Amino acid sequence: MSDLSELYQDLILDHNRRPRNFGELPDATCHADGHNPLCGDRVVVAARIEDGIIRDIRFTGSGCAISKASASLMTEAVRERRVAEALELFDRFQAMLTTPTGQPVDAEAFGKLAVFAGVREFPMRVKCATLAWHTLKAALLQPGGVVRTE
Amino acid sequence: MTEGAGTARDLSLARADFPALAQQVHGRPLVYLDNAATSQKPRAVIEALVHYYERDNANVHRGVHVLSERATAGYEAARETVRAFLNARSVAEIIFTRNATEAINLVARSYGDAFVGPGDEVVVTAMEHHSNLVPWQQLCARVGATLRAVPIDDRGELDREAFAAVLGERTRIVAVTHVSNALGTVNPVAELIAEAHRVGAHVLVDGSQAVAHMPVDVRALDADFYVFTGHKLYGPTGIGVLYGRETLLDAMPPFLGGGDMIRTVTLEASTWADLPNKFEAGTPHIAGAIGLAAAIDYVTRIGFEAIAAHEHEVVARAVEALRQVEGLRLIGEPRERGSLVSFVMDGIHPHDIGTIADSEGVAIRTGHHCAQPIMDRYGVPATARASFALYNQASDVDALVRALERVRRLMG
Ligand SMILES: Cc1ncc(COP(=O)(O)O)c(C=O)c1O
Repeated sequence: MSDLSELYQDLILDHNRRPRNFGELPDATCHADGHNPLCGDRVVVAARIEDGIIRDIRFTGSGCAISKASASLMTEAVRERRVAEALELFDRFQAMLTTPTGQPVDAEAFGKLAVFAGVREFPMRVKCATLAWHTLKAALLQPGGVVRTE
Repeated sequence: MTEGAGTARDLSLARADFPALAQQVHGRPLVYLDNAATSQKPRAVIEALVHYYERDNANVHRGVHVLSERATAGYEAARETVRAFLNARSVAEIIFTRNATEAINLVARSYGDAFVGPGDEVVVTAMEHHSNLVPWQQLCARVGATLRAVPIDDRGELDREAFAAVLGERTRIVAVTHVSNALGTVNPVAELIAEAHRVGAHVLVDGSQAVAHMPVDVRALDADFYVFTGHKLYGPTGIGVLYGRETLLDAMPPFLGGGDMIRTVTLEASTWADLPNKFEAGTPHIAGAIGLAAAIDYVTRIGFEAIAAHEHEVVARAVEALRQVEGLRLIGEPRERGSLVSFVMDGIHPHDIGTIADSEGVAIRTGHHCAQPIMDRYGVPATARASFALYNQASDVDALVRALERVRRLMG
């Protein structure tokens, strides 16, 4: 049975209430607009890349607790990482969200992002957890890009 | 057929007529409040489908054998049931479609391409479901007509002055919903139709959110077209209805071409069958029509007087109770409300409301309800919506409120 407390963990609730790195980034070198037309969630991710490293990253937008917390925790997770590393982290994050619920998650490899393992029990909400990441990817690969998740 | 408990005398027992309601989700008894999306099906409908497939299954209008005769008789009897349900003059005016969306597209294509031209105007309202908006946008783009949208006020009611002002000699057709699926507003469609007729326009009414909750008489309304979808009326999915005034349907070209809709075919050209077959190309959803008729028989047996009185009571209780929930704002406060309530909660996204309510066994809809212009109008990305059917009870409202209190505790 899907357990609500697995989904809404304290860390997620905290980042939902007080999102980190929330706001505009005036000196951004790339940004992208993410939209989930199904639920109306919107997120804009802006980053400043120097020498292939994400030096600064911020987001704005509106969304559910999962999507907001995911965006917030994502900005913390990728700051000061190389672009290639951030993209690779997204791939692993996405793979983690689609592994069967019974399978344990390598908490060490994911750090705080492991908190999203509970989303696996709520398939309808996986897109909420990945919207910001898809948007980051679009920003990194294609400055000014727009992504949709449906 | 089992005689359901749902009779005019005792709607409190109607729940027992609906097998799907007798289950637990997440270890709690299911409280189904997503009836505006689709309603559950009474046993009488499920049995009609089983009976048809087990005994009568054959294609219609094309065989001389017994099963084909039975299937044809069942299908055409269903058409008569729908005719009586809407009080249409003739079965020629009842076209079976897949759903409301297809019925509207049929009119936008067939009527629209024939009778709407460059410089003409099509009127819709700001509270239409996408299915009663997009086909008209497409029509206008195709023929060079102009789409005019009548705004709504803060209560979620149609701006009547703007409606009157937008009507003119270029208005060809007005497409308006009977009941808004996102706000609950009941539109005064008889008055709107009379106003539109005064300028010579025709009117299509989208009755998808109306027919399960109130009696509809297309002649009393003087509607030119009235559409609804079967699955929100306790019927199967995949079956919908277009009512059209016979003179209009007669003058309209076919929508889809193929079998069943022709009179004669040569390799060069064809002539069309009479109504209603002209608009029913291909093998129809025979079982769906029969199931829909069983659904109509079910609600007719209970009676709309009893259904409406019961639902009004439950909905009034819901509105009252939701107003007491801290930080909750109703979206749409129409003076005449159908059987649904839309709301948002301060600082809490509707998705989270939906997931937490679900964990309590309470099924509600969250999202934009295929009515994005309404979300824009109220400046919200989405709403939560509780929508009621004849089987819902006061206790369902109480369960919803308890679930929302849990939402508040968890997310607040
Ligand atoms: C007002 C209204 N019109 C039309 C529709 C479309 O119904 P369907 O998807 O069955 O065609 C709906 C249901 O979603 C509705 O609520």
